Amino acid sequence: MSTPPTVVVTGVGATTPLGGDVPSTWRAALAGTSGARTLPYDWVTQYELPVTFGAPLAVPAADVLPVPQQRRMDPSAQFAMIAAREAWADAGTPEVDGERLGAVVASGIGGVWTLLSAWDTVKERGARRVLPLTVPMLMPNSPAAYVSIELGAKAGSHTPVSACASGAEAIGYGVEMIRTGRADVVVAGGTEAAIHALPMAAFAKMQALSTRNDDPAAASRPYDADRDGFVLGEGAGLVVLESEEHARARGARVYARLAGVGMTSDAYDIAPPDPSGAGQERAMRLALQDAGLSPADIAHVNAHATSTPAGDGVEAAAIHRTLGDGVVVSGTKSMTGHLLGGAGALETIFTILAVQNRTAPPTINVDRLDDGIEIDVATSARELRATGDLAAINNAFGFGGHNVALVATSA
Amino acid sequence: MASSEQEILAGLAEIVNEETGLPTDSVQLDKSFTDDLDIDSLSMMTIVTQAEDKFSVTIPDDEVKNLVTVGDAVTYIAGAQA
Repeated sequence: MSTPPTVVVTGVGATTPLGGDVPSTWRAALAGTSGARTLPYDWVTQYELPVTFGAPLAVPAADVLPVPQQRRMDPSAQFAMIAAREAWADAGTPEVDGERLGAVVASGIGGVWTLLSAWDTVKERGARRVLPLTVPMLMPNSPAAYVSIELGAKAGSHTPVSACASGAEAIGYGVEMIRTGRADVVVAGGTEAAIHALPMAAFAKMQALSTRNDDPAAASRPYDADRDGFVLGEGAGLVVLESEEHARARGARVYARLAGVGMTSDAYDIAPPDPSGAGQERAMRLALQDAGLSPADIAHVNAHATSTPAGDGVEAAAIHRTLGDGVVVSGTKSMTGHLLGGAGALETIFTILAVQNRTAPPTINVDRLDDGIEIDVATSARELRATGDLAAINNAFGFGGHNVALVATSA
Repeated sequence: MASSEQEILAGLAEIVNEETGLPTDSVQLDKSFTDDLDIDSLSMMTIVTQAEDKFSVTIPDDEVKNLVTVGDAVTYIAGAQA
């Protein structure tokens, strides 16, 4: 039996609250910049939202995409398209048979802007005023479909939907597409555009959001004793995955290997994680096993770490049980906010760059580590093991008990 | 207030430009929406909806198939405004 192909990352792309592309986002992250700010939108006061801030894109999509593309795509698809173009160019526009190229682009919520504005139109002006592209714009697979159309990806386009684990699940799925021989190259990641009155009102109602309205930049504070919820962000992150053989044959620059995928479910509750953390722990162990590594090999974890009181503690304990003391942990949502379906993908990019640059990005706003957090939280950018092979884990967990852990190793 | 045919043409050209990216000066009276401007049926419905708002007219869905050229649309809108 032949061995499945090794999967490498040859391109990265993103548009985030910290920057309009990956280099600017990474620089801002290493510098410990917060992307959170008071939202300048009328609807925040009009609808009396209890939370008045979020982490919107640093570079609005409207500044990048031509008007016809803006009009035909929900913001979630616009963000994915911006990230896909950067990732593809960054990979050196690989020459690949379209039937060997896949697209896996996840979203947690889908085209919420399109859905709700079309509903406003129906209520206010009647059914015949609804635009004919409403369905293709609101469907959650729209970003994946647009990316597949843009790049001519015909091996399959897919849209995992697993709340805040979606973006990481998409990358895991992309890895599996290559390992199972369905594709040589896959563009994979996640996107979200949910800074809208309804999701914000709903997240606030379940007390998931920080209410630190007077100090948005300090609101996302994973592991800090005074954390009070997450900050809603938006954006997209996509990577170009490639079989190592395909990448080497074309002389591509390789960022890292994606060596391990672990996916589990809690089967516990529709919102909070299983407080035992057993499902999260099992995802990390499966990813390690898949990568052929032991806990001691892992130098760094980009944690899911949303800054909610319950979630961070459960994950920290699961990381400590799985990996012990020797691992440096970053909670980058302290800077980016929580990109929901985009989060796991952007944080996989951070994990890849951490391995490539041997540097863990900081977790900002940790003024006083919460009692009982036993992990080594990087509160400023931290060098990872100076020499030798390097391996890191990205964790992504979603409402409904979805757990994804991905292992990146130095190429 | 009713617009002149020249104003309607210019307004339509703006809508077509935003929807498709085609330059406004390519939108001429004798151009066919499908054959010359390569506008598909979904985009056409969107353009019609925008035009209804812009010129304060109603263009029934059944009527859209009769709007073959830009000139047809201009004539229809001018008539509906009168």
